Amino acid sequence: MSASVHDASAAAARPAVAAGATPPTRRAEGRSRRDGWLRIVSPIALVLLWQLLSATGVLPPSKLVSPTTVVHEGWTLITTNNPSYGTLQYSLAVSAERWGIGFSIGTVAAIILAVATGLSRIAEYVVDPIVQVLRSIPLLGILPLFIVWFGIGELPKILIVLLGALFPMYVNTYAEIRGIDPKLGEAARTLGLSWWGRIRHIVLPGGLPGALSGIRLGSFASLLALVVAEQFNTNAGLGFMITQAESFLQNSIIVLVLVVYAILGLLANGIVRLIERKALAWRRDFAR
Amino acid sequence: MASRLRTVETTSAACVQGLSRKFGARTVLDDLDLEIAPGEFIAMIGRSGTGKSTLLRALAGLDSGITGTLTVPGETAVAFQEPRLVPWKRVADNLTLGLRTPDAKAVAAGALAEVGLTERAGAWPLTLSGGEAQRASLARALVRQPSLLLLDEPFSALDALTRISMHRLVLSLWERHRPAVLLVTHDVDEALALADRVLVLNEGRIAHSAAVTVPRPRDRNHPELTALRQRLLTELGVPAEEPSAPVEGDRS
Repeated sequence: MSASVHDASAAAARPAVAAGATPPTRRAEGRSRRDGWLRIVSPIALVLLWQLLSATGVLPPSKLVSPTTVVHEGWTLITTNNPSYGTLQYSLAVSAERWGIGFSIGTVAAIILAVATGLSRIAEYVVDPIVQVLRSIPLLGILPLFIVWFGIGELPKILIVLLGALFPMYVNTYAEIRGIDPKLGEAARTLGLSWWGRIRHIVLPGGLPGALSGIRLGSFASLLALVVAEQFNTNAGLGFMITQAESFLQNSIIVLVLVVYAILGLLANGIVRLIERKALAWRRDFAR
Repeated sequence: MASRLRTVETTSAACVQGLSRKFGARTVLDDLDLEIAPGEFIAMIGRSGTGKSTLLRALAGLDSGITGTLTVPGETAVAFQEPRLVPWKRVADNLTLGLRTPDAKAVAAGALAEVGLTERAGAWPLTLSGGEAQRASLARALVRQPSLLLLDEPFSALDALTRISMHRLVLSLWERHRPAVLLVTHDVDEALALADRVLVLNEGRIAHSAAVTVPRPRDRNHPELTALRQRLLTELGVPAEEPSAPVEGDRS
């Protein structure tokens, strides 16, 4: 029932070092930082190969435009207001607003639900089955229904993003809170912590590792939901640019937007990693 | 049902009258009476399943299924068998958790100095050794200035050498702060080394009570302690042929 969708890369990112060993930890940290730089070598090589294949004509522009064309296209769309697309930064801002609103509300709702189901059996029996059923419905299949219900405005798009963020966030946080040792809660009671004190000092920080995995997965899922949602009944945003480019057969714009998506995904991932490094320091020295 | 009064009494540190606890059809505590004098160090021994930990949990206010009368002071602190430090709070922050004194930080620093953990104040609990974690757990109980300190087999998971130094630490802390102590243990020698009074719990009742008058620090070969050990082991049902063996396999 409580399927935990733990992000495997989160565990891999944590250096496994024996408890209490300070110097090896520092060495492992240095190694992971160096590995971080090593990890960008192969993507750069791939882009160079792509450029080489385009320049030699092996990859015709009708199938895939060259990286330099993508960069050039991006620069043109930033500096000039294109009549069919607007500017790139405007599309980005429109999409970011939809994503930001949906993702924030989805995340907060997921945490509230996860705390409730993690703490109360009744809430678990009431809420968890419903969430699990809804979770198994493909989000993008719901979109047409949302458009019927909520029209073609911002609401259905934001709702889809919200659900995309909510489900992974809820499942991971709930599993993590359920995994907190009940003995800690008991100890907290003998220390005189109130109900709210136990939520604040035990439940929320205890659920944080799961919540961060949830944010990582949820940011991807909600971005994916946004892309599709923006391809229906929109007149602005990154997804709209793709739809427009498709009808104008502008290969370069499609590739450009895909590159922007990739950068956004990498950024989201990097931000979560940074938060993890700070917030989960207590378990970094701990061999798992 | 349970009538619970959380008031400080002048005559006793804790008072238990007619305390019973059933788990299904099984009676774990059976109409138990116990009075702990202020500053008294009591050790409670017994085989597993005799209700030692159940009694301690009742005194700690962790059991809502009890019947009878329980009078415990507002300032009750517990140290458990596992240190139960909150892993995402640094050692010093574990001490001040739930502490409502205005100078909590200074109080915590003082307690850490008392248990010899000053330089580990900023460490994460998962990096502590077993002995260090248990000392931090003791310090966390101590900063609450308890008039009743409940110790639930806090040394049973430690190695023999660490256990001896922990005994010394507990005695020195007790002599300085004078809380009433109820130590639950399965180790007769531990009980005899530390306590003013040793209680044997059997079938949910106090089957035997022995005062230990030998002055501390105690030599375990003191004739009075040897005689007491023999008596207690007999009460616990251990044959007289192995007079100094602790009760093994008891991890209730």
